[in-house]
Amino acid sequence: MTENSLDTAGRQAAVGPDGPISSTVAKAPPAGGRPPRPTLGRRVVVFADSLWRPALVLAVFFAAWWFVAAREYVPNYLVPTPGQVWETMTTQWSELARHTLVTLYETVLGFVLAAALGLVTAVAIAYSRTLDKALYPIVLFAQVIPKIAIAPLLVVWFGLGLTPKIILAVLIAFFPVVISGVAGLRSTDPELLDLAATMGAGPWRTFRKIRFPNALPHLMAGLKVAVTLAVVGAVVGEFVGASEGLGYVLLLANGNLDAPLLFADLILMSAIGIVLFVLVEIAEALLIPWHASRRAGVSLTTS
Amino acid sequence: MTAAPAATGTAIGMSGLTVRFTTRRSQTTALDDVSLDIEPGEFVTIVGPSGCGKSTLLKIVAGLVKPTSGEVSLLERPVRGPQKEIGFVFQKAALLEWRGARANILLQAEMRGMDRTQAARRADELIEMTGLTGFEKALPHELSGGMQQRVALCRALLHSPPVLLMDEPFGALDALTREQMNAELHRIWRETGTTVVLVTHSIAEAVFLGTRVVVMSPRPGRIIRTFPVELPAHRDYAQVMSDPRFDRLATDLRGLLGSAAANH
Repeated sequence: MTENSLDTAGRQAAVGPDGPISSTVAKAPPAGGRPPRPTLGRRVVVFADSLWRPALVLAVFFAAWWFVAAREYVPNYLVPTPGQVWETMTTQWSELARHTLVTLYETVLGFVLAAALGLVTAVAIAYSRTLDKALYPIVLFAQVIPKIAIAPLLVVWFGLGLTPKIILAVLIAFFPVVISGVAGLRSTDPELLDLAATMGAGPWRTFRKIRFPNALPHLMAGLKVAVTLAVVGAVVGEFVGASEGLGYVLLLANGNLDAPLLFADLILMSAIGIVLFVLVEIAEALLIPWHASRRAGVSLTTS
Repeated sequence: MTAAPAATGTAIGMSGLTVRFTTRRSQTTALDDVSLDIEPGEFVTIVGPSGCGKSTLLKIVAGLVKPTSGEVSLLERPVRGPQKEIGFVFQKAALLEWRGARANILLQAEMRGMDRTQAARRADELIEMTGLTGFEKALPHELSGGMQQRVALCRALLHSPPVLLMDEPFGALDALTREQMNAELHRIWRETGTTVVLVTHSIAEAVFLGTRVVVMSPRPGRIIRTFPVELPAHRDYAQVMSDPRFDRLATDLRGLLGSAAANH
């Protein structure tokens, strides 16, 4: 039993938490420590409860859209009806799906690279004063330069393939990861670091068991921003020069004054962003349930 | 009753410790020529007004702060850099908020690479000794301040350190919890025989817990006087509070601290 619990401790250190969904609201510490897990039924109710408000807003929005378009207050070549968009979506689904996958691929790859690169940079900046001074100006420069302005340059350098889109996604998504990572790593309680020193632990152990898990809530917030920005990067890359992807389709639809296709395309772009955002949120809930349980009730989605 | 360890010589030796902080505008002396020898098994309490460098003194012993001049030794060895043979307790519990109580205690073992089974057994002993049973899995924010500080104490004791350094460990607790923690700490000290140095603002705490009370002056921190505490080694909180010897010593200390502050 004791052996087993120690194992748990080790695992906690590696990822942070000790189980996926122990993130319940803790009002008062009950006699046995943590409150019991909610049942499945209870969780469904909570989920539905968190969902009805946004669902209602969306329904109202769609109703207003449908009303305006169907009554032709605005001509249909400018604002198509939801039905027309749905029709386009279903009849051209195989084509649209292919383009969506391309954009999704660029976005995910860009995001993952940005996250990895951003984390490494954040660690370097948080740990070394020299690197802090040396890297910060470059990071800042990379942020303030308008990415859209360098998109054509990237196309000239890397051609019309996927590379310039991925690079653009990385460039855009990189900054929030660095900033949140540095903030997280620097937020470690100095007394904990003193304590770690008297425990005789080396920098790697201190990082793994104290600093990194401590930085996770900040980092996850940065990753959520980054993932939505990565979509923007990929699409902008496609605008400048591409033969596939949702950005390319958007330009095409715009040129042909094909409003239903344009709208369908926009919906798919947003869908990519929303799905990826929710995935990062789920990852957050799994990685740091202790944090989720602290801000209980404020959560935007699932968890 | 005191389980005096077999070790001989001094547990902690400080001689001529001086610390100066230089800022752009001025130079402040935090500690001025502090010398103090602490025997193994002693419970030394240090009282003094805020900012007299008490905490700095503990950090110097732990090797976390380098003195401007002077020498420190821990267990007969000169202190250079962070020391491992100590347990440290701060005013804040400083727990990892993602770990349950038991896992927080075991951090000590993981950071030191201690034997797992042994550490786990020791952790369970400490949990029982400090009354944390039933809260092993509770996260820090689910625990009261007193409970959190108990966890921090267990963490500091996990590796059975010969020296325990405590920096106002109960300063943030309410009066009742504080008394309770004092009684518990006294019992733990008797049971383990660890050398303890405890920094505090509370005269009652200093007298109840200490075998010796060290009084420090306001900045620059100097040792004004040390008082041996003539109370039985085995103390009961209520009895000590009504003991005339406690009253006398507390009054002396209060007078000394008052005049030290007035002269400043």
